Amino acid sequence: MKCFTNSPGALNAEISMKQFITFVRKEFAHVLRDRKTLLILFGMPVMQILIFGFALTNEVKNSAIVVVDYAQDEASQKLISRIEASRYFEVSKSAADHNQIEESFKEGKVKLALIFPQNFYSDLMHQNKAQIQIITDATDPNTANTLANYVTAIIQDYQADLNQNASLPYRIIPETKMLYNPQLKSVHGFVPGVMALVLMLVCVMMTAVSIVREKEMGTMEILLVSPFKPLLVILSKAVPYLILSLINVASILCLSVFVLDLPVNGSLLLLFAESTLFIITCLTIGIFISVRTASQQVAMLISLMGMMLPTILFSGFMFPIENMPKVLQVITNIVPAKWYYIIVKSIMIKGLGFSAIWKETLILAGMTLFLLIVSLKNFKIRLA
Amino acid sequence: MQDVVIKTDNLTKRFGDFVAANAITFEVYKGEIFGFLGANGAGKTTAMRMLCGLSKPSSGNATIAGYDVYRETEEIKKNIGYMSQKFSLYEDLTVLENIRFFGGIYGLTNNQLKTKSEELIERLGLESEAKKLVGSLPLGWKQKLSFSVAVLHEPKIVFLDEPTGGVDPVTRRQFWDLIYAAAENGVTIFVTTHYMDEAEYCNRISIMVDGKVEALDSPTQLKRNFNASSMDEVFYQLARGAKRGD
Repeated sequence: MKCFTNSPGALNAEISMKQFITFVRKEFAHVLRDRKTLLILFGMPVMQILIFGFALTNEVKNSAIVVVDYAQDEASQKLISRIEASRYFEVSKSAADHNQIEESFKEGKVKLALIFPQNFYSDLMHQNKAQIQIITDATDPNTANTLANYVTAIIQDYQADLNQNASLPYRIIPETKMLYNPQLKSVHGFVPGVMALVLMLVCVMMTAVSIVREKEMGTMEILLVSPFKPLLVILSKAVPYLILSLINVASILCLSVFVLDLPVNGSLLLLFAESTLFIITCLTIGIFISVRTASQQVAMLISLMGMMLPTILFSGFMFPIENMPKVLQVITNIVPAKWYYIIVKSIMIKGLGFSAIWKETLILAGMTLFLLIVSLKNFKIRLA
Repeated sequence: MQDVVIKTDNLTKRFGDFVAANAITFEVYKGEIFGFLGANGAGKTTAMRMLCGLSKPSSGNATIAGYDVYRETEEIKKNIGYMSQKFSLYEDLTVLENIRFFGGIYGLTNNQLKTKSEELIERLGLESEAKKLVGSLPLGWKQKLSFSVAVLHEPKIVFLDEPTGGVDPVTRRQFWDLIYAAAENGVTIFVTTHYMDEAEYCNRISIMVDGKVEALDSPTQLKRNFNASSMDEVFYQLARGAKRGD
């Protein structure tokens, strides 16, 4: 049912382009004129970043620790008193053996345990090296990491003092164990998480609602009766949100770098390219929802319940996927945010390049393509 | 012989077993005000959607402004205007922005848009409201604006789907003045309505019952044929036999 006009294609394309710009301008007017939309669009990401950022505080003072001292010798005593003297730690109790450590962790007051092996001092003196074990409760990985770093710093201080008048350097080797969360899953992970969440919310909900609004208002009918192509309607709806979302990505990154001191370790360009891909995925989901629903409320509800919730639960951002039952682990694979989260984390935190994330990118691109085809098919059926 | 702008020949639309529009055959002439009447569920909307190129007929033929409804929907869309019962303007855009937007998607040039919007605003006496949001206008004005926007691109035919729902008789009368003015300029008006006083304003009317066109003539002739004193009575005589309703 393509048109059979005789006018040259170039002229048609020019008119289409002009129509398209007219439409996109109108969409911007809708968004920029609606204070509530603006607030959600730009206020929410800032709020989330700040809340997540400052709720996970890096400042750790007077944390209770448990010491298990099998050595009970000169070196262990000195180290313990140094640790006690610092403003970061308070030795809450000395346990007789390491089995009591987990109990203390479960009570929740103690975040870190220190274990001196037997012969700590003699190992240090005779073999010039000794081991010490640091165990942290890594359910709050940020705190755990900070505490472990502080203890290690104190140990290194002590070691440096010992080495001042030694001919052969003494080495104390701390062995750190992060209990409950060995890979420190969500350290700094909230920025990629918030990015996934915000983009999901903005793109899916706003696109869906803005298209369904046209249906509700009856303006969609007018657009369909006009020579404006249905595909262009959809495209014009998507473009403003793509642009606004990229601004959002930029503002989240700025906040994260300048306010929270979390640098982008990888390529900024790659990060934006991947974000664009994810935004397109979200826009497609929004379009799909809008094609299938008739009222703004329904569209909003589906976007919130159907998209937000899985994003929070299954992206790995709040809850480590490894700890989920097998069935849920499989389900997480269909959540686009999971892949985006992995991608952003790899680029931003681990500083990896495209070769490390091509698989995730491919999955995301595949999902987008699939959703796009399904939505367009549905859109055509609706027209017939 | 008058110019035929809408011609349908046994135009039919089926949804499964349900025949929404059954072998509709009629002609509408240039500059005519053609009333398209029928009870709810009689198939008016279905027929109108086919004529606007929104829905493909199941069988039969139709040409709109000389273009075929199967193959030339794009050309049809360029040559028709449409206004629905919802008035369908963007409430969060100003009067001027609405005019520019709808003119823009019909491919009017900037110059055309400028002169046309000035003309339109002057004709409707909306000079002081041009920069106000449409949402703040009274219903009657929105409706007049909506009609003027629908004919902005100078279509050959304008389809009006129950355009005067919910407004008072005075405003309705004013609205019909706009319709007459457009018809005098050669625009063909295809209008559905539930108001029988409006039916009287039309040059000719067709009445649909259960998917079929049961009567088609001028209001005067219809009243004579049905031996009725008003259009109300004509409509009632035809529509009470209907099996479908809502």
